[in-house]
Amino acid sequence: MSRVVGVLALQGAFEAHQHVLRDLGVETVQVRTSADLELVDALVMPGGESTTMSHLLQTSGLFDAIDARLKQGMPVFGTCAGMILLAKVVLDGRSDQRSFGAIDIDVKRNAYGRQIDSFETDIALDGLVDDFHAVFIRAPQVSRIGEDVTVLARHKEDVVLARQGSVMVASFHPELTNDARIHSMFIGLLQEV
Amino acid sequence: MGQAGLVGTLIAMTTSKANSASSPMRVNRGLAEMLKGGVIMDVVNPEQAKIAEDAGATAVMALERVPADIRRDGGVARMSDPEMIEGIKAVVTIPVMAKARIGHFVEAQILEALGVDFIDESEVLTPADETHHIDKFAFTSPFVCGATNLGEALRRISEGAALIRSKGEAGTGNVVEAVRHLRSIFGDIRRITQADSAELFDWAKKLGAPLPLVQEIAETGKLQVPIFCAGGIATPADAALAMQLGAEAVFVGSGIFKSDDPSPRARAIVEATTHFRDAHVLAKVSRNLGAPMTGIGMDKINERYAERGW
Repeated sequence: MSRVVGVLALQGAFEAHQHVLRDLGVETVQVRTSADLELVDALVMPGGESTTMSHLLQTSGLFDAIDARLKQGMPVFGTCAGMILLAKVVLDGRSDQRSFGAIDIDVKRNAYGRQIDSFETDIALDGLVDDFHAVFIRAPQVSRIGEDVTVLARHKEDVVLARQGSVMVASFHPELTNDARIHSMFIGLLQEV
Repeated sequence: MGQAGLVGTLIAMTTSKANSASSPMRVNRGLAEMLKGGVIMDVVNPEQAKIAEDAGATAVMALERVPADIRRDGGVARMSDPEMIEGIKAVVTIPVMAKARIGHFVEAQILEALGVDFIDESEVLTPADETHHIDKFAFTSPFVCGATNLGEALRRISEGAALIRSKGEAGTGNVVEAVRHLRSIFGDIRRITQADSAELFDWAKKLGAPLPLVQEIAETGKLQVPIFCAGGIATPADAALAMQLGAEAVFVGSGIFKSDDPSPRARAIVEATTHFRDAHVLAKVSRNLGAPMTGIGMDKINERYAERGW
């Protein structure tokens, strides 16, 4: 059965994610409304500004629609801002910023500093032979992980790739480096469900 | 780094083989990528910065006077007071941009020292150099530069810009120049994709742009960096027009804080930029916004900022 992977397209690097998914032969659509969401079997939440996305999730009515799908077990992959949106607790967020609480982690926004502190580094991925070149842009930091969360990669001490059930999160940007291995992991997860 | 080296770096950046190499250009173009589909708003004080963030702006541009006031006041327009930029940085969590004069690399050095997230080498300020733009490869911070046509865009990219914005005509509230520039840039990109390999040499000559960048556009059909729209956006419909013409995000300068009621207008422009193809959403968000900035016709302005830059 062919599966459709939606990419939340309210704001941010959604086209870069679609590019990687298409390279993997996966059908992908942009999700801006609740009607768009009904067409998809899984969802990617891209990087961008989490405050902007949080605002647009409310005004578009997508917040409740996505929340309901997540509770039914829809697989989701959040990168950077997407990870912030999926976290249980957002430290340093705006007071009106809501997150889905789909994965039992706490995250701190812009924890590494401003753009001048953005960086790239090679990280070892659990289960993969070669390192992955990871791009961190004004990245959030995981400050706590729950017992049920599986750590898939770390940079120094920090958890940068993790999974809990059908929810996967990365604090970096696998959509920016023409390396589809992490997206493949997500698609694999979709086939498990 | 020589010109061949710059172009080589640029080309390497867009191929998959460059993945193991590290360079500030990837994180800088990456930040531009994160700003896509969003609205970057000009703000002159912390209160406006908060209004912008509350409305869903993806970033703010910190400056002392919006372009409409620079136009009215005349005189030399310079980089903003660092104190004012710091004040804005302190109250928002979204990226903060600030402007340096064209060619004024010391203003850019100061902005980098302040930790500004994006430096706009801007024609809205009075140019400091009538021949040279800033060598943007000399910096770690990302730069955005304006362009009226594809040649100008490619020259700025060859100097290290991580983001291009169509210039439009800042401070007018009139979208006509932004449309002209977007049509010129995207029209030439479309024509180049139809050109044969021999014609690309002539395109490079006509555009005054490095041949390898022109050849790359012929292959990909895209500019090497994201392209946003600036200069003259005053309504949600203007923002959606720019997006439908191919812009990947919008800058709104005077259009918000020179209108009657900035907050609802800012929110409406954010909605319109996301749902830019949905006329029903556009119809809904365009209601009851109060008066937009008055705006001026192109025949009534005494100086075209878009002509600054070389």
